[in-house]
Amino acid sequence: MAEIFTISLIWSTIRLTTPLILAALGGMFSERSGVINIALEGMMLAGAFTAAAVTYAVGSPFVGLLAGMGAGMVIAGIHAIACIRYRADQVVTGTAINILMIGVPGFLSGAFFLSSGSTPQIPKEQLIPRTPIMIAFALVPIAWYVLYKTPFGLRLRSVGENPEAADAAGVPVARMRYAGVLLSGILAGIGGAYLSIGQSSLFTRNMTSGRGFIALAALIFGKWRPVQTMLACLLFGLTEAVTIQMQGVVKLPSGEDIPVQFIHMVPYLLTIIVLAGFIGSSRPPKALGIPYQKER
Amino acid sequence: MLELRNITKRFGNVLANDKVNIVVKPGTIHAIVGENGAGKSTAMRIAYGFYKADEGEILVDGHVHDIETPHDAIALGIGMVHQHFMLVDTMTVAENIVLGAEPGSGIALDLVQASFEIRRLSEEFKLAVNPGSVIERLSVGQQQRVELMKALYRHARLLILDEPTAVLTPQEVEEFFSILRRMREQGKTVVIITHKLTEVLAISDEVTVMRDGRVVGRLQTKETNATELARLMVGREVLLRVEKTPAKTGSAELSVRNLSVTVRGGAKPVKDVSLEVRKGEILGIAGVEGNGQTELMEALAGLLSPSQLSGEIRIEDRDITQEGARLRRELGIAHIPEDRHRRGLLLEFDLAENSILGVHYRHPIVAYAGTFLDNGAIRRRAKEILEGFDVRPANPDLPARALSGGNQQKLIIGREFKVDPKLLLVVQPTRGVDIGAIEFIHRKLVGLRDSGCAVLLVSAELEEVMSLSDRLLIIHEGRIVGEVDPKVATIEEIGLLMTRGH
Repeated sequence: MAEIFTISLIWSTIRLTTPLILAALGGMFSERSGVINIALEGMMLAGAFTAAAVTYAVGSPFVGLLAGMGAGMVIAGIHAIACIRYRADQVVTGTAINILMIGVPGFLSGAFFLSSGSTPQIPKEQLIPRTPIMIAFALVPIAWYVLYKTPFGLRLRSVGENPEAADAAGVPVARMRYAGVLLSGILAGIGGAYLSIGQSSLFTRNMTSGRGFIALAALIFGKWRPVQTMLACLLFGLTEAVTIQMQGVVKLPSGEDIPVQFIHMVPYLLTIIVLAGFIGSSRPPKALGIPYQKER
Repeated sequence: MLELRNITKRFGNVLANDKVNIVVKPGTIHAIVGENGAGKSTAMRIAYGFYKADEGEILVDGHVHDIETPHDAIALGIGMVHQHFMLVDTMTVAENIVLGAEPGSGIALDLVQASFEIRRLSEEFKLAVNPGSVIERLSVGQQQRVELMKALYRHARLLILDEPTAVLTPQEVEEFFSILRRMREQGKTVVIITHKLTEVLAISDEVTVMRDGRVVGRLQTKETNATELARLMVGREVLLRVEKTPAKTGSAELSVRNLSVTVRGGAKPVKDVSLEVRKGEILGIAGVEGNGQTELMEALAGLLSPSQLSGEIRIEDRDITQEGARLRRELGIAHIPEDRHRRGLLLEFDLAENSILGVHYRHPIVAYAGTFLDNGAIRRRAKEILEGFDVRPANPDLPARALSGGNQQKLIIGREFKVDPKLLLVVQPTRGVDIGAIEFIHRKLVGLRDSGCAVLLVSAELEEVMSLSDRLLIIHEGRIVGEVDPKVATIEEIGLLMTRGH
């Protein structure tokens, strides 16, 4: 056991938690405004691919990061227009975006880099391994302040709880919801960019591998509150870090290695257990998932 | 102060407002009365920018204004308190009041300064509210005060109140009226939308009466009376009092002994209730909403799990405490539930399907060796109910959602009467129902009682339980705290029992 719980585990946890926090806080802004954001996964993929491609082309990871944020925002814009303007089913729209974003990066990388699904390797000195970590953890108190201590946050929460009441009080419901969803795209985009130009050095097909959904689970587990959500992300990050360290260390009683696929299951299993066990005690924003239509 | 000129508004094919003219003078309390669907709320929602009029103009202080959104109305000094409160339950009083009109810079929310202002306004208008309380923990009366504060905080000079007393107890209504009078003294103008005539006469200076989207009367309150107002509203003479002969009661149909109901979490909304309803009488239960009436009636109708109940429920000689709703119905219990949308109807189903609920598994609805629904029998039954209870429109193919509240209620009542019940459980039979339909429903209930049925009636409308009941029990915090003779008891006496329990 001592071989697993080491200082490097802490670093590993922080690195693995970073994209979760970014996506989960993004999801928080969207869901607090009343729009279910199951499309976090797709927004992360958009951010990851765009950041890697732009960094490779331009040579600057910061330009790449900005591009990743922009890509997340564009995808979020699609989700927002479908859900807010056209009142589409938010879960279906989100799912469609996720499916779309599994295909689009492969298609584009085929067009630009003549590869099937991944971008070319980026030199080590053009990566940003630390900046997104700092952004993620600094965002937690900032998100808390914005949500609870600013007029913007008050309005955002009100349209997610009771849009009729917000409307009657003169709050522009649609505009607040657009803001929430677009913010989620920007943050998920940073989270995705960190995966490709922070932790790794290229984009690979479906490299988020469900992190958008784990972030969503952390958001629910964290009761749609910034600090609790961060703690939930840390729990999932720690689990993932432990499973990585376990590979080849923890053996079956027979002396054989545990198949790596089983170890990889652990974070996802934890997600299911946490959601099944705690979702009942968590209270979502009241108007979550319900499009708002003004009577005219 | 406010003038609507030739306002016309259509919703699809329905003409909700037809060249409506309303003049509200400054510093007055102006009542707008009319039945449901008369267009009074629509007219005021247009003035508040919630709807846009198809034709006509709105004048504020003598000038024509384009009011596109509530925001515009607020800027002109118009505030509105809606029938269903527009509050965010999970937020505090202060947050709700400042929402959309936040003080301070755009970066920081200055709730301290806001609380200061809220306290000052509370003082000025004697509206006691604590800025730090969370809305969902407040009583309905307190929530209403928050709504008033919201309008005052935005410097409203004209307050539009949509059915403000529907949710209040008699004591709260008195208190509320004194708040309105205080506002008038301070120079505010109040528009109150209502269909309760006693309140119009008690509080207003002037009245506008609406019917079918038109204004049919403009009166000085001093110069009119309830009979005249009711005639204008309905368009014919209306009997405001329930007419009934003394009850000819028989043996006990329902006897309840020491009934308690335990809900999840261990609370006991009904405590040790014993009562008896005899054949041929209407037993009324009066109480402030949320004092166990709902749970008591659900326990009697068989809608709670037997494990939640202790005590005994008997129909004639049979103990039915452990029985479910189906057997109880077969024994002759009919139920007109409190919430017609939740318990009474399947809103997306058509009227024919709704009219067979509860008998949908029995002959003659089910025919052909008990396998198939007999469409002919269903439609015959639906037709009898729709015609016998004057449900409009009497089209069995319409979804229940398409009917007005009053017609939905008449459909439910017709369905429950159709089974020739021995015991009728009826909760809030006329909530949200027009005066004309109220008269009809009251006559039907009295007729059922005269035919020997036992009726147990729960209503929050004191006048209703008092005029319909032969005996009246008062419930407070889940206990029966007294029985009065509704012919001699006064509203004040009953009101005190309802609110204090002694």
